[in-house]
Amino acid sequence: MLELSRQEPLFTRAGWSALVAAALVLGVLVPLLYLVIPEGSPLHLSTYFVTLTGKIMCYAIVAVAMNLIWGYTGILSLGHGLFFSLGGYALGMYLMRSIGHEGQYQSDLPDFMVFLDWKVYPWYWSLTDQFWYAALLVVLVPGILALIFGFFAFRSRIKGVYFSIITQALTYAGMLLFFRNETGFGGNNGFTDFKRLLGYRVADPGTRATLFVVTGLALIAALILTRSLLRSKLGRVLRAIRDSESRLMFSGYNPLGYKLFVWTLSAVLCGLAGALYVPQVGIINPSEMSPANSIEIAVWVAVGGRGTLLGPVFGALLVNGAKSWFTMAFPEYWLFFLGLLFILVTLLLPRGVVGVAGKWLRRPQ
Amino acid sequence: MSTQETLGFSGGASAAGGHLAQAGVDLSHGPILYLEDISVSFDGFLALNKLNLTVDAGELRCIIGPNGAGKTTMMDVVTGKTRPTSGSAFFGQSIDLTRLSEAQIADGGIGRKFQKPTVFENHTVFENLELAMKMDKGVWASLRARLTGEQGDRIGMMLEKIQLREQAGRQAGTLSHGQKQWLEIGMLLMQEPRLLLLDEPVAGMTDEETERTAELFLGLAGERSVVVVEHDMEFIARIAAVVTVMHEGSVLAEGPLHRVRNDERVIEVYLGR
Repeated sequence: MLELSRQEPLFTRAGWSALVAAALVLGVLVPLLYLVIPEGSPLHLSTYFVTLTGKIMCYAIVAVAMNLIWGYTGILSLGHGLFFSLGGYALGMYLMRSIGHEGQYQSDLPDFMVFLDWKVYPWYWSLTDQFWYAALLVVLVPGILALIFGFFAFRSRIKGVYFSIITQALTYAGMLLFFRNETGFGGNNGFTDFKRLLGYRVADPGTRATLFVVTGLALIAALILTRSLLRSKLGRVLRAIRDSESRLMFSGYNPLGYKLFVWTLSAVLCGLAGALYVPQVGIINPSEMSPANSIEIAVWVAVGGRGTLLGPVFGALLVNGAKSWFTMAFPEYWLFFLGLLFILVTLLLPRGVVGVAGKWLRRPQ
Repeated sequence: MSTQETLGFSGGASAAGGHLAQAGVDLSHGPILYLEDISVSFDGFLALNKLNLTVDAGELRCIIGPNGAGKTTMMDVVTGKTRPTSGSAFFGQSIDLTRLSEAQIADGGIGRKFQKPTVFENHTVFENLELAMKMDKGVWASLRARLTGEQGDRIGMMLEKIQLREQAGRQAGTLSHGQKQWLEIGMLLMQEPRLLLLDEPVAGMTDEETERTAELFLGLAGERSVVVVEHDMEFIARIAAVVTVMHEGSVLAEGPLHRVRNDERVIEVYLGR
């Protein structure tokens, strides 16, 4: 039996090579082509390209997080946009305060507060001029919200479509709250016009390239984390929750702790992705919390292949690539296309594009 | 057919592990399971009606009864899935089953097999047994868990016992119906329970598989208590000393099969000849 009880490696040799290659492309090649190769050259990568891929990589991190809770644990969250936005807003507070006196009104306060005729920062903005504190909030705010919400939902054994609907309601409630000007997060305009991050100007190519590299490495780290979780006994328990929760309970496991762990971890990953997204895209507003955005996250994972390691990454890449083109060519039909895509993938490709590719690769043998 | 070499329950590791599991259950007065005046009402429908049932330590008990007699509900009460409307349920002398969760009851030494074989279909046979094995089942313990050689050996011995050694690396979903039943029984045994509740364990098995299962259960009795819900009379005749007949949520008759079979009331409600 020892041959079966031995642990399989974290990644195969080919897997590690692919990861290192990806890290080199994202960490060295892209910044080189963007910063060093002059603009006239056909090899030069534009700011548009770097920002768009950086943004999509943030989405890919969200998809990886979604896959942990949905693909492997079988809990469909339709509220992950909320955790993403909260991470974004948390770093956004720091970015707003880093604008300093360069705003329209050249005041100590952000423009939207001047507009509201506020004289001082509300209490919950205190310390947000410190980067370390904002970074802490990026992790803690989505994490604690997920922990509290998850505790009550999972303890009450809310499952399946009921859980999905409640998470939709949660993100919708968040959106309504953030739309209000009095909430103190800029109302429907949210945060924008950032100038500096840790003293560097956000519009500088160097800053953009750094954010791109950090995002790429974060995505690779999220994949390694997923893989190492899956390989542990905890990963097998998570898949058992997905496949037969009652069998697991009657085997002596309390699913509550496991669900809370993976749910909170997933929310924290989303928060980090949101924090990386905001300085690259330059804006965060409550529309990120709209129910449709959270549904779109589920579509990325479904298209790529839920319950597969790389599927969500490809899904995020494909759907957002299609979206960039589609919203320029036929902007009004995007949502219809997205819905159609979801239906077709669910009916025809239950394991997503990665599942199909896997079948193709295995065929010749 | 030689039974003891394939199915004899004399495996050293499982017997030794059994003592660990016994530690928490007080059996000083004999019975391992007491159900007293248990009633369960679903929107006014009485699924169990003042049910009284006692199972002795080491006993092999069969429960029969027509559909809707409350057999599965009784198992739900014992395993914590359903809370009784009234009455008390004790495991040994001191463990109140009506206050514990499913996981606590399972961890405390009651294993349950479902009517439909329920295994983790996307896990391998080996992983199914690993998940069921008695050990710390908390989140942090699972995150750090590494199989020890001794644990691997225990899984190996169980694979022999349930005759799935060849299939150890296969996905459980690809097993035949009878093999799944055996895997589920093997998972229960990995939990090292004091009491096993088995809901129709031989349904869908071939005659040969049924015979092997009977031998397995006979090998368990004495060391563990086993409660079997079955319809297959031949199987019951093969394994049981005491048969309990349930009807409309309470016990109608109890005793050796030949006596129960000749009981007027039992013939009327169930055997109906």
